[in-house]
Amino acid sequence: MIDADITVAAASRMITYRDAMREALRDALLRDERVFLMGEDVGCYGGCYAVSKGLYDEFGPDRIRDTPLSESTFVGAGIGAALNGMRPIVEIMTVNFSLLALDQIVNNAATLRHMSGGQVSVPVVFRIPTGAGRQLAAQHSHSLEGWYAHVPGLRVVAPATLEDARGMLWTALQDPDPVVMFEHVMLYNMEGTLDAAAGPVDIDRAAVRRAGRDVTLITYGGSLFKTLAAAEALAADNISAEVVDLRSLRPLDAETVLASVARTRRAVIVDEGWRTGSFAAEVSARIMEGAFWSLDAPVARVCTAEVPIPYPRHLEQAALPQPAAIVAAVKALMGA
Amino acid sequence: MSDLSPPPHAKPRLTRDHLLGLLRQMVRIRRFEERCGELYQQEKIRGFLHLYIGEEAVAAGVMGCLHPEDAVVATYREHGHAILRGVPMTAVMAEMYGKAEGCSHGRGGSMHLFDVGTRFFGGNAIVAGGLPLAVGMALADRMRGLPRVTACFFGDGAVAEGEFHESLNLAALWKLPVLFVCENNLYAMGTRLDRAQSQTDLHLKAAVYQVASEAVDGMDVVAVEAAARRMTDAIRDGAGPQFLECRTYRFRAHSMFDPQLYRDKAEVDDWKRHDPVARLSAWMREAGMLHDTDLPTIERETEAEIEAAVAFAEAGKWEPVEDLAKDVYTREVHP
Ligand SMILES: Cc1ncc(C[n+]2csc(CCOP(=O)(O)OP(=O)(O)O)c2C)c(N)n1
Ligand SMILES: [Mg+2]
Repeated sequence: MIDADITVAAASRMITYRDAMREALRDALLRDERVFLMGEDVGCYGGCYAVSKGLYDEFGPDRIRDTPLSESTFVGAGIGAALNGMRPIVEIMTVNFSLLALDQIVNNAATLRHMSGGQVSVPVVFRIPTGAGRQLAAQHSHSLEGWYAHVPGLRVVAPATLEDARGMLWTALQDPDPVVMFEHVMLYNMEGTLDAAAGPVDIDRAAVRRAGRDVTLITYGGSLFKTLAAAEALAADNISAEVVDLRSLRPLDAETVLASVARTRRAVIVDEGWRTGSFAAEVSARIMEGAFWSLDAPVARVCTAEVPIPYPRHLEQAALPQPAAIVAAVKALMGA
Repeated sequence: MSDLSPPPHAKPRLTRDHLLGLLRQMVRIRRFEERCGELYQQEKIRGFLHLYIGEEAVAAGVMGCLHPEDAVVATYREHGHAILRGVPMTAVMAEMYGKAEGCSHGRGGSMHLFDVGTRFFGGNAIVAGGLPLAVGMALADRMRGLPRVTACFFGDGAVAEGEFHESLNLAALWKLPVLFVCENNLYAMGTRLDRAQSQTDLHLKAAVYQVASEAVDGMDVVAVEAAARRMTDAIRDGAGPQFLECRTYRFRAHSMFDPQLYRDKAEVDDWKRHDPVARLSAWMREAGMLHDTDLPTIERETEAEIEAAVAFAEAGKWEPVEDLAKDVYTREVHP
């Protein structure tokens, strides 16, 4: 499944998350003629987060396909094209707008295989920018990954690192079922080193991003680096935090989470979704079901405040999970 | 496939054989669905059941214009479409029962008939939910260079949904090979067309999107077929999407739960005078093309086919409960 034919040994290079994602798109378009990208302003405009910039000139309007403002229909058309032999990548400008296409994703993409008794598959990838931090207020900033993760028939992934931005797309395209890929908007400008040979990665397993002994911090997507920052701050206080990046929300790699919690005996979940009915609640429940007797303290959550994301920077930041709140939650658990 | 599948660009020939074929197809739907109604009373078929009785001329007229490689996307009122498309009546009936031998292995039921073999892609119970799918299927055909048509059936109610407008626009913008067939039976459940639409001439809405459109008497199978033939020919010639509004009427309730408070029996009786089956038979008889033995023969053969389908469904198996989680993902996924 994961072809390792990009094995040119070379040094690593500096790259942004955005450029890594673009490389993944370009790679997929070059490798498989069934792949095309479709969405609002993905072409001439270059993508509203500039992810697809330049691809229109390279691949042309057929394969970098600008659509009218009609989320439900171009998402549905992606599903139809997938049913009929193509491998569409459908970009929806932000998760808030994806609600106009929720019908197609939940009622068609996720159900067609089952309703047809296994006769059809829907190999489509939906790319959806998500999350807050750019002062875009309450209709452009939400984190609804947990809603999608609720739905059987979908796979939901959240690349947080450069490796995953570069590598998850191809693997998602090889999956015969619909994959929803969430890209946190605050990650696009993140820059770092990436191996020149970086290629496809698995989309099944959680990853331990930092090893630790005293507490497991479980997160995904845009909250990963805040969580790592919190772990760093805790280390200064002699608290050793392990950080698990879920990477895939559906399926959820509970095994990795439970193994970590069994060792550290404490868990804090960091989730940019609202606390009530959050994905963090699901992770917490899994820990109760699978590691209750290993726990030395109740599971804690650091989530977004229960408010539509406000516009002013200080309020937006106050609403979101922050390293200080993560540190405080851990210390409360440790009785420190 | 049905014996109505024409060679490319065939002109409709109103031969006796051809008309008998159309008559037979309509009778197959009518009797199949009457039997389904009985089976519903006997609680063999459960859930929702939406009968197409009265509207048979639409499916019969259109389906014969499609080739085996074309695709069909339909609604929850799709038993007739599935059968005429060539999905075996046995597999359709078993699906109505929910048996493992059903065309969707029992997972879909009456509203979700699927059969990849005949390129029958549902069976969609979200009003207008199939239109974007049809547009995407046609897009794939275009991108793959395959000269195929996607026929998409939907009701007058769907015309009020946003997806209708988005889909017509997109299909026209990209000149995609979609035949949009609007089965205008004047009601969306209990809402009469003029209580839902400011413009009740539905084909005009398609015209606004530059989709070639036409309204026909949907109780006249010959008229439906002639228009569908022109339109599928035009699509195959590269003319882009076409919109066929078929003005028809359902004789039965919306579903089995509908006491029909919203219309008078007199209105229904009035429309029954245009019954598409009776109308074609009368017309053929007048033209000397229907022999006395024809209808009885069709009825007898249809009854045998239906009883075989019922026997097949009765003998079918329930999927073991252990298989409950099957067919959610293509590969094994443990959420
Ligand atoms: C999106 C959506 N809204 C509402 C319904 C409930 N519903 C089922 S059928 C129907 C009427 C649809 O009428 P029409 O499109 O004219 O088709 P017909 O039943 O007349 O064939 C409604 C409202 C539904 N299935 N889907
Ligand atoms: Mg109707």
